[in-house]
Amino acid sequence: MVMKKSFKSLYSVLLLIVLLSVTACKKKDEHQHDDPTPAKPGEIEFHFENRVGSLKFYLGENYVTEAGDTIKFTMFNYYLSNFQLIKEDGSLHTIPKDSSYFLLKANDLESQEIHFKNIPAGKYKGVRFIIGIDSLKSAAPAEQRTGVLDPATGAQGMYWSWNTGYIFVKAEGTCKVPDSTINFRYHIGLFGGYSTPTINNIKNVELMFNQNVEVKEGKKPNIHCYVNPLEMFKTPTTFSIPTQPTIMASPASKTIADNYADMIKFDHVH
Amino acid sequence: MNYPIDLINLRNQSPLIIGWLILFLLMSWGCKKNDSANLPTPKEEFKGFYKPNHFPDIQQPFDVSKINESSFLLGKRLFYDPILSRDSTVSCGSCHIQSSAFTQHGHDVSHGIDDLLGRRNTLPIQNLMWQKNYLWDGGILNLELVAINAITSPVEMDENLPRVVEKLKRSKIYPKMFKDAFGSEEITSIKMLVALGHFMALFISDKSKYDDVMKGKAQFTEQEQRGYNLFKQHCSSCHKEPLFTDETFRNNGIQQFFTIDKGRYEISLMEGDEGKFKVPSLRNLEFTAPYMHDGRFKTLQEVLNHYSSGIINYPNLDPLLVNKIPLNSQEKEDILSFLKTLTDRSFIQEKRFSEF
Repeated sequence: MVMKKSFKSLYSVLLLIVLLSVTACKKKDEHQHDDPTPAKPGEIEFHFENRVGSLKFYLGENYVTEAGDTIKFTMFNYYLSNFQLIKEDGSLHTIPKDSSYFLLKANDLESQEIHFKNIPAGKYKGVRFIIGIDSLKSAAPAEQRTGVLDPATGAQGMYWSWNTGYIFVKAEGTCKVPDSTINFRYHIGLFGGYSTPTINNIKNVELMFNQNVEVKEGKKPNIHCYVNPLEMFKTPTTFSIPTQPTIMASPASKTIADNYADMIKFDHVH
Repeated sequence: MNYPIDLINLRNQSPLIIGWLILFLLMSWGCKKNDSANLPTPKEEFKGFYKPNHFPDIQQPFDVSKINESSFLLGKRLFYDPILSRDSTVSCGSCHIQSSAFTQHGHDVSHGIDDLLGRRNTLPIQNLMWQKNYLWDGGILNLELVAINAITSPVEMDENLPRVVEKLKRSKIYPKMFKDAFGSEEITSIKMLVALGHFMALFISDKSKYDDVMKGKAQFTEQEQRGYNLFKQHCSSCHKEPLFTDETFRNNGIQQFFTIDKGRYEISLMEGDEGKFKVPSLRNLEFTAPYMHDGRFKTLQEVLNHYSSGIINYPNLDPLLVNKIPLNSQEKEDILSFLKTLTDRSFIQEKRFSEF
């Protein structure tokens, strides 16, 4: 008798649970139109392809700058970091900071593909990031400098040992001058200092897509951007390489940084 | 020494097991001794980082809570190991000698690999956790990243980090030391730098007579007290107590043109920073001669003479020095007498920090 009774009450409890969960589901369904991120997260990819005009860019090939210099690159590396996706309504989705540092190298095509997982489903109309490394990370304890930020491995050649900070853009190569060629070296960094100010060459970039890009489970849109290394030498300042073939940590670094601020352009979506 | 075996619980087991255990312990004890034959084993219990009561808050984000005896000993081993340099001739300790408060005694500028000379006078290593940045120009912001500068500088150790890591991996002793320090044999440059930081962060100099006076444990002599009063009147706005630096960059009028070395300007690239250098701490200055960023003054007397009569009115000269610091001979003697109370003999004799 007692057993039966408890079974009965167990059944009614179960029934109640089933009913409640069904209504809960209903409610969720009804609200789907209002809630902007109910679906499962998706992925998004960025492809930063080096190009000069309509042509692919290659290391070792001749290019003519705005100032008329004939140059060849042997290296073109730069950091992008602090990515934020701009939603249709203008709000931002910030990529978790520690998965938001990238070193893109002209001699490593894979490094030019950036892949974000776990992006809330929805429509996105643009992206923000910086060319360089933010000041907080530039002053972070060594243990927080992993991957492309590790001065000994990932960031080798992109870190100044005598002046805490990373080289944001590193371009090296040769430039023709009458009767010979000279080497050029542009190592542009400086994050503005931590406790006392220094030059700040961090460049914020915002790119708007030509359409709203939908992110959802099972879909992986690819945002294709073009990066023109020759932009280092034009707009706003037409820069003649033989006048200053080496610029590292010096006030002139600002000229090059101001120039490359617009070197990345959105092109199309796959 | 902690063994991962609970001896008390084994008491009820057969005496044979205990016999084996004792044998094993004796053997491993023997092995340990052999392995660390080169390292002096501290007799006292390991004392980690501490903040002296009369010191301000630390300035570094470096995590001192992770310092343990093994990581400290690893840092010490690295600090005195010349394999950090390209040809195994120069260690950190070559230019940072304990008896000179970790400076390179007698050298105006530092003397590195291949007998090459740097541009600047070696700075002491002391009370590092209270600094916001390092070197005469403040170019390095993190304690554990300072060593990269010395290791990779072509006139200091002229080596690169990946090669150092390779050398450490090939060594017989380091993999075990890294395991003891960090829980895994994996050797990375970051761990190496952190271990060096664990060693150097404990270089705390807080036991000078001045400190004892501040703690109420001692009294200045009459002359020292006169010197202290003069010091507070003329010097302490830049050499701020109790660390004896306010961590700013200033031009103290030692030269008119800065062609070889522009100091802070080389880091900040800000106009007006030419010829400014970090105000150095005065602690242990009895051991750190010669003085100034280029080691131009051999004695403290020369330094005081500079401030009282030698200052050049350079455009970036610190406003506090425009009228020089008028001091008569007696006043200079008194100040010198006070400055010697900043000597911390226990620091330069501390066994835990010494090479041998």
